[in-house]
Amino acid sequence: MSLSRALETGDLAELPSRRDEDWRWSDLRGLIRAIPPASPDASARGEGPFAAVCSETMLVINGGSARIHLAAGEKKTIALRLISRAEGTSHSADVAVTVAEGAELTLLESHESFGAGYITDVEMDITLGASAVLERVVVATEAADAIAVTLARVGIGAGSKFAQTTLAIGAKRQRIETRLAHPGAGAAVRLDGVYLVGEKRHTDLTSTVTHKGEGGTTDQLTKGAVAGQGRGVFQGRITVERGADKTDAKMGHHALILDDRGEVDSKPELLIFADDVACAHGNTVGQLDEQAIFYARQRGMTLAEARALLTEAFIGEVIDRIEHDGARDVARTWASEKLRGLT
Amino acid sequence: MLEIQNLHATVGGTEILKGLTLSVPAGQVHAIMGPNGAGKSTLSYVLTGREGYEVTDGTVTLDGEDLLALEPDQRAAKGVFLSFQYPIEIPGVPGLTFLRTALNAQKKARGEDEVSAPEFLKRAREVAKSLKIDFDMLKRPLNVGFSGGEKKRMEIFQMAMLSPRFLILDETDSGLDIDALKVVADGVNALRSPDRSMLIITHYQRLLDYIKPDQVHVLAAGRIAASGGPELAHQLEAEGYDKYAA
Repeated sequence: MSLSRALETGDLAELPSRRDEDWRWSDLRGLIRAIPPASPDASARGEGPFAAVCSETMLVINGGSARIHLAAGEKKTIALRLISRAEGTSHSADVAVTVAEGAELTLLESHESFGAGYITDVEMDITLGASAVLERVVVATEAADAIAVTLARVGIGAGSKFAQTTLAIGAKRQRIETRLAHPGAGAAVRLDGVYLVGEKRHTDLTSTVTHKGEGGTTDQLTKGAVAGQGRGVFQGRITVERGADKTDAKMGHHALILDDRGEVDSKPELLIFADDVACAHGNTVGQLDEQAIFYARQRGMTLAEARALLTEAFIGEVIDRIEHDGARDVARTWASEKLRGLT
Repeated sequence: MLEIQNLHATVGGTEILKGLTLSVPAGQVHAIMGPNGAGKSTLSYVLTGREGYEVTDGTVTLDGEDLLALEPDQRAAKGVFLSFQYPIEIPGVPGLTFLRTALNAQKKARGEDEVSAPEFLKRAREVAKSLKIDFDMLKRPLNVGFSGGEKKRMEIFQMAMLSPRFLILDETDSGLDIDALKVVADGVNALRSPDRSMLIITHYQRLLDYIKPDQVHVLAAGRIAASGGPELAHQLEAEGYDKYAA
């Protein structure tokens, strides 16, 4: 059951609904009354957010396929632009990324909208060989009335390093999901997210990490802010299977509600079936500090500017963790702009 | 410059200021002294427009303009600056970023051009040096992990950088040792000018040995109970506030 199956078969019964536990906050079946026609072929527009920091670009426009393969020992930075240039139509994309042993990839992924009312579905399969390195930075800017679902299935090898930062502003319904199978074996995972959701937008950052072997780390930090009638959903599940000893996993989710009408739903889960592990999680939802806002305003900042600056500082901790210098700057600028438009 | 007439204000439904009248002409430094709970900090927050401090009667004008009708940031852009008794820590925002954002917001509100980064940094270095502030401290998140004295110096630093017209110093001497007090006082005195006024709120006379006021007022039970020259501060130090008790 998935959006991609529904788009493929035209069968609405394939859509996940609120009765599916993992979809209860991001129901699709109640939202999609008919499967829209397929999106037409289209050409790219603009350069994408990462053009200035990356020379190699792959385009996927209104669905389609892309294959990215790095041979053993290769090192690359690639921009992947997933573009929706569609009005009221639907499209699916599938992307395969393989990073062979010892190779290093920085994948700068943008979900770009030049349309309205579309449904887009992206499925990615990401495979890292032993000691491979992948940093994936996702900037997802969908139309306010779009429905956008992305699922990445990630498999990583021994001693590899997978780092991900997802930045999202929501859509009519937006879900970005990551399912990662962790072998332990010295592999290290960082799984971060930032959401800035205003208007009536909705975003859902869901992840599952399953530690299957001994001696792996997962470090997860998501921070978000909701304004207007925005809704942020965070679901994180880390499972440590029997025998996956010496696992070190931590999960943090912290959100700010900037308006009374905003909503944050959060479900952090640690399921631990091994004995010798270090696992921790923290989850907070709060508001900006009124004293700090007054202090900033007393110095001359408007209420909007004070709120934007303080929120920027709040999420800055996540953006600072992006390792690619250029991508970090792009992410910071992007977030700063989105924050100042957050209503 | 600043005219306060019959000011009444409540906090959480309790009346704290009960008909306060005060006039601070341009170029003058006035001190407000008074016992704890007299309404000194309330006055500073009412003048700067903090939420929760409700004016129920009276007027406050700055050069004839109704201050109470303005938002806190609009008052700041008009040149009102409050040096906080307890400066706020702002995690994640470097002091310089905070201050430049504030300065440019004020300039924008006044219809002036923004200050360029190099210009701003040059001035920041000069002012930091004069206040004996380590420049690297300004790159750290504002006030986070700073000592009481460092926070107060940061307030004066911001004050010097923003060049306000009307300065309110709320218990600026608290938490300062004698050396820091001298540095802070020098910084404040350097800002004295014919077109700038100051209101110094303090519990003790000590600060007024370094920043000489033109006038001293006693604030007790929500109104000005007495006014006089600098000698009044010494008299209060010797006799205490008992005779002004409500």
